[in-house]
Amino acid sequence: MFPACRYSLQARRCVGALKAVQAEHVAPQVCSTRSSSSTLSRITTHYSVYPRDKDPRWEGVEMERFADEADVVIVGGGPAGLSAAIRLKQLASQHEKELRVCVVEKASQIGAHTLSGACLEPTALSELIPDWKERGAPLNTPVTEDKFSILTEKYRIPVPILPGLPMNNHGNYLVRLGHFVRWLGEQAEELGVELYPGYAASEVLFHEDGSVKGIATNDVGIAKDGSPKDVFERGMELHAKVTLFGEGCHGHLAKQLYKQFNLRGNCEPQTYAIGLKELWVIDEKKWCPGRTEHSVGWPLNRNTYGGSFLYHLNEGEPLVALGFVVGLDYTNPYLSPFREFQRWKHHPSIMSTLEGGNRIAYGARALNEGGFQSIPKLTFPGGMLIGCSPGFMNVPKIKGTHTAMKSGMLAAESAFSKITDENLQSETAGLYIPEYEEAFKKSWIWKELYSVRNIRPSFHNYFGLYGGMVYTGIFYWILRGKEPWTLKHNGLDADQLKPAKDCTPIEYPKPDGKISFDLLSSVALSGTNHDVPVAQNLAIYDVFLLHLEIETQSFSCVYEYVPLETGDGMRLQINAQNCVHCKTCDIKDPSQNINWVVPEGSGGPAYNGM
Amino acid sequence: MSARVLVGVKRVIDYAVKIRVKPDRTGVVTDGVKHSMNPFCEIAVEEAVKLKEKKLVKEVVAVSCGPQQVQETIRTALAMGADRGIHVEVSGKDYETLGPLQVSKILAALAKKEQADLIILGKQAIDDDCNQTGQMTAALLDWPQGTFASEVNIEADKLKVVREIDGGLETIKINLPAVVTADLRLNTPRYATLPNIMKAKKKKIANVKPADLGVDVSSRLEVLKVDEPPQRQAGVKVETVHDLVGKLKEAGRI
Repeated sequence: MFPACRYSLQARRCVGALKAVQAEHVAPQVCSTRSSSSTLSRITTHYSVYPRDKDPRWEGVEMERFADEADVVIVGGGPAGLSAAIRLKQLASQHEKELRVCVVEKASQIGAHTLSGACLEPTALSELIPDWKERGAPLNTPVTEDKFSILTEKYRIPVPILPGLPMNNHGNYLVRLGHFVRWLGEQAEELGVELYPGYAASEVLFHEDGSVKGIATNDVGIAKDGSPKDVFERGMELHAKVTLFGEGCHGHLAKQLYKQFNLRGNCEPQTYAIGLKELWVIDEKKWCPGRTEHSVGWPLNRNTYGGSFLYHLNEGEPLVALGFVVGLDYTNPYLSPFREFQRWKHHPSIMSTLEGGNRIAYGARALNEGGFQSIPKLTFPGGMLIGCSPGFMNVPKIKGTHTAMKSGMLAAESAFSKITDENLQSETAGLYIPEYEEAFKKSWIWKELYSVRNIRPSFHNYFGLYGGMVYTGIFYWILRGKEPWTLKHNGLDADQLKPAKDCTPIEYPKPDGKISFDLLSSVALSGTNHDVPVAQNLAIYDVFLLHLEIETQSFSCVYEYVPLETGDGMRLQINAQNCVHCKTCDIKDPSQNINWVVPEGSGGPAYNGM
Repeated sequence: MSARVLVGVKRVIDYAVKIRVKPDRTGVVTDGVKHSMNPFCEIAVEEAVKLKEKKLVKEVVAVSCGPQQVQETIRTALAMGADRGIHVEVSGKDYETLGPLQVSKILAALAKKEQADLIILGKQAIDDDCNQTGQMTAALLDWPQGTFASEVNIEADKLKVVREIDGGLETIKINLPAVVTADLRLNTPRYATLPNIMKAKKKKIANVKPADLGVDVSSRLEVLKVDEPPQRQAGVKVETVHDLVGKLKEAGRI
């Protein structure tokens, strides 16, 4: 995998020449024929960019969709979606009512697209399923040791974790979230929830009055060039009285809903971070199950938000889950979060744990960091947003699962009372449930997010990391977030990149193949696959606005500058089948030119207990 | 035609997953790993459903042997168009040692019980690559076999099969009842779409135990150990033929 900086100069010359030719804005089809490479085919063939009704290959193709009715449809089979489903069924059996709940999930099996550290706070779980232990929930590793440190290139400075600080993990469990989500799925099925893994919700459906009617799943059998294959079949429509959207961080349907219903009118734009994770089987002598380590500092500079985690799991074999999080508001386009992660592993204190071990899994996923300031409106006619999709992560604690689950439960409770209300007169065909937002504001999620709201924005100062830590120490630990002001974020992550000429390139060490690895071998470990040549999950509007360092924005080698066959210059190759659905390119692209859309269902990574 | 087709489907680890050898070297890690229907079995199901759509056969029955989870695989076959399913329950140690011989005995017994006229299987499974079940089943039933089929046609009451062989394509005509194993180019399997999965939930899957069929699933093979293939060593470049011969002599190859 070539470092982006080595080719940026050539790539820049290439695009510079093209921009000179493209004197005025032209439609995408024309651009592609004017490119310097005769082999540059359309960079995207998605129907949101090239509509089907104008495409002659789609004439006469049956576009009618089979439709079915449910009471509640939940998009996304993650902690939020499954908690909502379970809660709905619990209430239904409690009140002896019949309720049809359908969950659609793009992963081929529940948990296969789940990725998180993870250190779970069992508060929401105990509220949802009080006897989780008897039911065999895979919370096998209570936290026994909690360490926090600041790393420098060679040394490790331990920071005491005083009780009351958000990083204190007493009472929490280290879990493999994929396995936990799988267990939640089993609990949901036992209660009668209809789970449909392998089917992605690709479209939101609307009633005539503008309220949400339900969703449609993706069409199947589309060739790489966008034309229908013999096995083409339309997706299915699932209609519901209310639809819950729990797509996780930066969901693509949520993106549309924000615009449609102007849900982000009164809040700050969401800010994100990218989380990279690996699972290692280590030498038994170095394994201390229950040990939780977090670090900040090296290899990131003080103005780049990020840090690491290393959890020793107690699941039979000596397994550690480790990873690196980098805030996506980084300014240096030469920064590669993947390479920072690989570099971090070479720190003496980390290497000592990993030496002699074996890497068995890799994955990446964006997570939200906006917290309180970025919470949008959560409810709109016909639907509600739950989980990391609107974003309830407690950033200093780096925990979002418990708040996601609780939001699902609150949504379920408010939806249930409305759906089963026989005298309900709804103004819109899809139910509008403002009770969800009211319940949310009264809940412990709100209080928790409010108390930590200033910690992440406090990093935007000259001292960066150290200023933030001082702020946390003073205001959070002493005042518990009761200070009367609310700091703002810096704006969209996509706007933060500085031009490459103003930044210093970063020299990354080559991966050694034992502790650090290159991107391609990491992708292979994620088990990612989309049926080639069908991968169609990146709809890019204008290829010429794609910035050059985009290679670093995919954590699975999706974007690659490859030399042109003619020998001079480079062209952008998109390997969409490598996509691990982390959503970072959609978030970070400065021209906001990339629109991630769902591929055919069941494609994507095949995480096992990540 | 009142023919009944029996299709065998196997639940295997998905082809895109990177597999890992278990720490105790007795096998491969399967817990929580993504599984799906064997690709050749998908082709087999598709062929059976196509025959039904052409009205050449009346009923398609999907069969799978294994623990509870294989029901998902049978449901996928039902969603593709099979009419009913049979789940032969084999779990635990028996499942780990289940191989082509036992499966072909089970299929032979089922074929007799269900009075099947045609058995379509995938040519091999992608986890063990045995390529034996179809052939063994035909032998146990004393039926003709058309293996590595890239085209299947029913003409009168005979089966015309085009087989992919090393030298090219071989066309044979065999009597029914027969066993056919599907090769890659037989067809392109359809997707199991969501409405069909929902309909498939209403289709029946019967549960049977091998003992009910009079089959002993104990294995005559014992796996001694499972290892990863050796790491590929870097190659060495040489400048002249002389050097090449010298290096080969050094390595004791010539």
